[in-house]
Amino acid sequence: MNDKKQTLLALICLLPAILFLGVFMVYPMIDVFTYSLEEGYNFASQSYFGIGKYNYSYVLHDPYFIRALKNTFFIVLITVPLSTIIALIISLALSSVPKLKELFQTIYFLPYVTNTLAVGLVFMILFRKTAYTDGMINVLINAFGGESIDFIDGPYAAKMFVMCLYTIWVVLPFKILILTSALASVDPIYYKAAQIDATPRWRVFTRITLPMISPMVFYLVITGFIGAFKAYSDEVALFGTDLNAAGMNTIVGYIYDMLYGNSGGYPSYASAAAIILFAIVLTITVINLLVSRKTVFYR
Amino acid sequence: MSDNDNLVQIEKKDKANRVLSDILRYLLLIFWAIIVLFPFYWMIITSFKSYSSYNSEFVPRLVVTSPTLQNYVSAFTEVPLGRYLLNTLIFTAITTILMLVIIILSAFAFSRLDFPGKNLVFGLFLSLMMIPNELVIITNYVTITNLHMRNSFPGLILPSVMAVFYIYLLKENFEQIPDELYKAAKVDGTSDLRYLWRVMIPISKPTIITIIILKVIECWNSYVWPRLITDNSAYFLVSNGIQEIRENGFGRDNIPAMMAAVVAISLPLIILFLIFRRKIMDGVARGGTKG
Repeated sequence: MNDKKQTLLALICLLPAILFLGVFMVYPMIDVFTYSLEEGYNFASQSYFGIGKYNYSYVLHDPYFIRALKNTFFIVLITVPLSTIIALIISLALSSVPKLKELFQTIYFLPYVTNTLAVGLVFMILFRKTAYTDGMINVLINAFGGESIDFIDGPYAAKMFVMCLYTIWVVLPFKILILTSALASVDPIYYKAAQIDATPRWRVFTRITLPMISPMVFYLVITGFIGAFKAYSDEVALFGTDLNAAGMNTIVGYIYDMLYGNSGGYPSYASAAAIILFAIVLTITVINLLVSRKTVFYR
Repeated sequence: MSDNDNLVQIEKKDKANRVLSDILRYLLLIFWAIIVLFPFYWMIITSFKSYSSYNSEFVPRLVVTSPTLQNYVSAFTEVPLGRYLLNTLIFTAITTILMLVIIILSAFAFSRLDFPGKNLVFGLFLSLMMIPNELVIITNYVTITNLHMRNSFPGLILPSVMAVFYIYLLKENFEQIPDELYKAAKVDGTSDLRYLWRVMIPISKPTIITIIILKVIECWNSYVWPRLITDNSAYFLVSNGIQEIRENGFGRDNIPAMMAAVVAISLPLIILFLIFRRKIMDGVARGGTKG
C-alpha cells in the first residue's frame, strides 16, 4: 500500500478523536482564559463590557471564595499526609500476611467501586444527630463517656472531621493498591542481605523498604494533592448541594456554584476561580517535583 | 546457666515478640476492614427495617428483627429510581461504546499506520492529559447550553466520551503485537482495517476489557457533569438521583427507603467488582486515579 493511502486512512481513524478533543478539550482550554478576562459578561445576551482582571479581583475578594480556599487547604493538609501514612501502614501489615492478603485487599478496595454520593449519604446518617436519634457514631461516643456532637450541622471542627474521615475512606483503596504492589515488587534479596547482618526491623524499613518504594509514595503524594485540591463530590455527599450555607464549600464547589444553580450564571467568575485553582495545583506540583529530586530514590 | 538455656530463652522471647506483632498486625487489618465494611453493613440492614421500627430505635440496632421488602418497593415506586438506573445504564453503555470505537481507531492509527507528523500528533494527544476537567467544564457547559442540549442524552454523553489515557494504554498494547503477523496478513491480501478487526482487537482483548470496566465505573459514578447539564429529573443519573431523593424524595426522612435506594445503586458495581476483581484491581493499578 502506498504512503498516501495510509496517511488518508490514518486521518480518517484519528478524525473522531481529534474532533472530540478539539471541541471538548482544546477549545474550552483556550476559551476559559478569554472568559476569565471578559468583565461583566452577561450569560443571556452573551455580551461583555471590557477586558481586564476584574473577575480575578472579584473572586479573590469574595468571602465565599476565601472560605472555600480555607476549607480546601484544610482538607489537603490533613488528608494527603494522613491517608498516605495510613495506606503505608496497612500495606506493610498486608504484605506480611500472605494467607489472608487477597481477602483483605478485596475488602479494602470496595470503596473504590462505590458511588461517592450514595455511600456519603450513609456516612451522613451515621454521623448526624436528629431529634429522633443521636446517630450511630454518637451512640459509640456516649458508650465511651463522651458528649453527643452533631457532626453534620454542628461545629466547624466536627464537620471538618467527618469530611476528612470520609475523604480518607474514599481515597485509601487506590493508595493501598498502589503501595501493596510497590512493596511486592521489592527484590527479596535486599531483605535477605539485611537478615544475614541481623539488621533491626526499623532500619530495614528506613534503609531498604522506604527508598525502594519512594517513587510510588511520591506518585501518591502528587496525585493525592491534585485530587484533594479538587475535592467536591464528597462534600456534596455529606453536606448537601448548598455547600455555602453549610460553610463547607471547596474551590471546585465555588466554581460550579458560580456556573449553575441559584447563585449561578457567572461563567467569568467561574473561569477566574478555575484558573486560580489550576495555578495553585500547578505550583504545588512543581514544588513537589523539586522536593522529590532531593528525596526520592530512583534506580 | 548454660549456653543452651540461654538460646532457648532467646528463642522464646523472639517467638513471643513475633506472636505479639502478628496479633497487632491482624488487629489493625481487622479494624480497618470493619471501618470499610460497616457503612455497607449498615445500609443493608437498614434497608430491611420498617419505617416505624427504624424510627423507634433511639439507639440503632445492628440486627434486623422483622425484615421487610417494603423499602425496596417504595424506592422503585415512590421515586423514579428505576428511571435513574435506566438513564445511567443508557449513558454508560453509549459513552463506553463511543469511546471504544474512537480509542481503538486512534490507537490503531498511532501503532500500525505511518503518516507524517505521527510523533508530534501523539505528543499533542498526551499533553492533553494534563488539562484538568475543572478548566474545560465551564466552556463545555456553555457550549452544550447554546446547542440546546441540556437535559438530553447527547448533552450528557458527548463531553464524557474522550479519554486520552486509554488511547495511550491501547497503543502500547497494539505495539506489542509482532510485525510478522501483519506481514503475513499483508501477503494474504488482508486490508488494514480487516487486520485490526480480526487480529489486533482479539489479541488485545484483556486490555480492552480492562478499559471498558474502568470507563463503566467512571460513568456509573459520574456526578459533576450530569448535575450541571440536567435539571429535569427525567434525565438524572444515579448520583443526581440519590441527591434528589435525599433532598426531596420520600418526605418525612424515610431513611430505610433511602438506604434501599442506596443499595440498589451500589449493587451493580459491587457485583461487577466481585466478578472481575483481579482485572479491575490490575487495571486501576495501571491507569486509574482517584483521590
